Amino acid sequence: MNRRNMGKETGGTERCGNVHPLVRIIAGRLVWAFLSLLAVSVIIFAALEMLPGDFARSVLGQSATPEAVAAIRHDLGLDRPAAIRYIEWLSGVLQGDFGTSLSGRGVEGGRSVAELVLPRLGNTFLLALLAMAIAFPLAFLLGLIAAMNRGGRIDRAINSVALAFVAMPEFLIGYLLIYWIAVRAGLLPSLASVGPDTPLAERLMRMILPAATLSLTVIAHILRMTRASLSELFERLWMEALQLKGIPMAIAVRRHALPNASGTIANIFAFNVAWLITGVVVTERVFVYPGIGQLMVDAVTSRDVPVVQACALIFAAVYIGLNLLADIVAIATNPRLLHPR
Amino acid sequence: MGVDARTLVSMRDLVIRRASDDRPVLDGINLRIRSGEVVGLVGESGSGKTTLGLALLGRIRPGLERIRGHVRLEGEDLFSVPAAELAALRTARLGYVAQNALEAFDPAWRLLRQTTEAALLHGLMGERTATNAATSLYGELGLPDPEELGWRYPHQVSGGQLQRIMLAMATLNAPDLIVFDEPTTALDTSTQETVLKAVRRLLRKSGAAALYITHDLSLVTRIAQRICVLHRGRIVEDAPAEEIVHRPRHPYTRALWGVAAGVRRSRPVPEQPLLELRGIRTGYGTGPDILHDVSLQLARGRTLAVVGESGSGKTTLGRVIAGLLPPRAGEMLLDGEPLPPRLKDRTQEMRRRIQFLHQSADGALNPSHDVFMILSRPLALFHELSGRAAQQRAEELLEMVDLPPDILHRRAARLSGGQKQRLALARALAAEPDVLICDEVTSALDAVLRNGILQLLNRIQERTGTAILFITHDLSAVRAIADEMIVMHEGQAVEAGSCADVLKAPQSEHTRRLLAASGAGSSRFMPAGQ
Repeated sequence: MNRRNMGKETGGTERCGNVHPLVRIIAGRLVWAFLSLLAVSVIIFAALEMLPGDFARSVLGQSATPEAVAAIRHDLGLDRPAAIRYIEWLSGVLQGDFGTSLSGRGVEGGRSVAELVLPRLGNTFLLALLAMAIAFPLAFLLGLIAAMNRGGRIDRAINSVALAFVAMPEFLIGYLLIYWIAVRAGLLPSLASVGPDTPLAERLMRMILPAATLSLTVIAHILRMTRASLSELFERLWMEALQLKGIPMAIAVRRHALPNASGTIANIFAFNVAWLITGVVVTERVFVYPGIGQLMVDAVTSRDVPVVQACALIFAAVYIGLNLLADIVAIATNPRLLHPR
Repeated sequence: MGVDARTLVSMRDLVIRRASDDRPVLDGINLRIRSGEVVGLVGESGSGKTTLGLALLGRIRPGLERIRGHVRLEGEDLFSVPAAELAALRTARLGYVAQNALEAFDPAWRLLRQTTEAALLHGLMGERTATNAATSLYGELGLPDPEELGWRYPHQVSGGQLQRIMLAMATLNAPDLIVFDEPTTALDTSTQETVLKAVRRLLRKSGAAALYITHDLSLVTRIAQRICVLHRGRIVEDAPAEEIVHRPRHPYTRALWGVAAGVRRSRPVPEQPLLELRGIRTGYGTGPDILHDVSLQLARGRTLAVVGESGSGKTTLGRVIAGLLPPRAGEMLLDGEPLPPRLKDRTQEMRRRIQFLHQSADGALNPSHDVFMILSRPLALFHELSGRAAQQRAEELLEMVDLPPDILHRRAARLSGGQKQRLALARALAAEPDVLICDEVTSALDAVLRNGILQLLNRIQERTGTAILFITHDLSAVRAIADEMIVMHEGQAVEAGSCADVLKAPQSEHTRRLLAASGAGSSRFMPAGQ
């Protein structure tokens, strides 16, 4: 290729003041993401304040005397103003300290929330990624095939199967899989209760059924999103112009359409990973999998506020972070922003 | 028959119809193009021109189906060759230039790579040869800095340049047949002239045959030896260009010619200007100034044309008046009162008094709304009309723009291009504006429809006294509609005055160039007395 001209071109993209507009836009997005997270932290805190009942009552039970309740509340610092507790909590979080779990406090001086949440979070991430590794390539390929044959018989077949899975609740899919594969065929264990010492091979083996359940629920979504965005792309005039200049459809899709869709594809991927991580509670329940969803449900029941807060904030951070990542991919692959006039 | 006169491509009894409603788009087309022959295809929008052009390349768009007939390229049936072979044929022997080059390039690829892609893919040239050939074609087409241009992305060059790069792409492999689908329609007059000259030069040099599709009969006579007139999916007239010009037989062809009609009668100039701009300077974001010190006056009941090529700032001027782009300096007065620069600072009444009509009615109308919904919104917003009263007023508005009342409950997506532009006009009129800004409203329409809209605007102005700011690059439209005109060039008003004066005795060099570019097209073949 012509080196001289290459030099000219990169020189062209670096003018425009001293900061590339791309950097400015991405910095702006980062700031917004941080502000959104801050807003979410307020909402989480306020929502938990409004929750009826508290840890003291749920520990002491129905017959607790008001004095005993007050004593525990004072002990935990729950009697101080909410604003002060929020700021304390927030400054702790900013330093990486999510506080101490309320349950088990009396017994051994309390476990830190991070200690409780981190292994569970790891489990959930692993499950979500495994599900995505199965679902995404399959769904994307089916979506691509449907989009290329849009309106045709293959498209309609793929779409109706996808719709059927969208309509089926995940616990039903989970129990059906357990019944057929674990109970009837005996191929895989029905429960996925892994511990910290479970060897990796065994762990993955136990995770196959929950991951399959999640995949089946998410495949339909990914497929339909892929089909919609690629169809729109395929109908652009330049896709027709490519065919008219003699580029076969398959090559036009690979060389031109897919690179142009990278922003959208990143978006679909991020959206569904976020959905998997924050939406696995039901599946974790069905398979007794020790993920963060289970932990959060248990913590809500026992009014273990620091744990609930941490879980909710992590969910929010995952959601915002993944969407931010998708946004950045979309911005960084937009030729208009990449190569300004 | 000599060697040159052999048939290159033939279309026999081709019938293509819409799959959804069985409506025929092409209804039994017979067409033969000999080697090296340039055939013009003229027709209004919706006549099937593009479908015919694409069929010549073996392409039928989704949603259409071929009922019968075939297209043969030297005996080879394009509808029955295998896909791989068709792709190779398209690269080596067929060329295509789309109407809208802005949308015909992959936005993420450099232009040179797109120009040479097909040649490299099918192994017609090596990379170095292809690059050199493309670069020298860019130069021949009068593109600036051809060495560097190919390294840019589509959004980094202008519409006229993209159109010429598309010409280069279509001719790189020395095809036998090139289909031009309205290659100059979206361009301004002087760019149009440059592209047209480039097309002529390329055709003469390469000796390729061509089908040149357009709605502009006077333009096609300058390029084609034979002209076919397409009307509702049928070729109603097929004759040498000379004959179409001097002895048009079909009534539709005669209607196409009768377009330059309607010269404005002069009217007294009212004393006080309705809208006045003083020393407007503006630009986008932190970029350079697009407009430098532009002033103008528009009086009640008058039409002021703002003329210039693309990039001259005329659309920006419209946006400033509409309140979409605040000026950096200067002031605007409406009836002597200062007009706030931003739309959000204007009162409801000010918004009602200034209405904007877009170039693309397609983009300005919600396709899933029906006609009544579209008209009832301004009626409710500005005049608090609803129910029976709104319906009655909507019907009056439709009548005002010559649309039948029975389309009131049809969705906008189901209207034709001309109907949509009329509907957009009716919506603007629903506000009963004092000033109507028309931004290139006729440039996407064919000659017959354009003439209709111009006459309509004249009639409406007579009835309502609305002042019109008519932004255009089309001087023949200016003749038909405007009282005064200003000529824009690089963000400055280089000339202003009454239309009669400016058109008769232009003062600025730039105006003379614009006139020369458009005059060549309209006067030469215009039959007298029409």
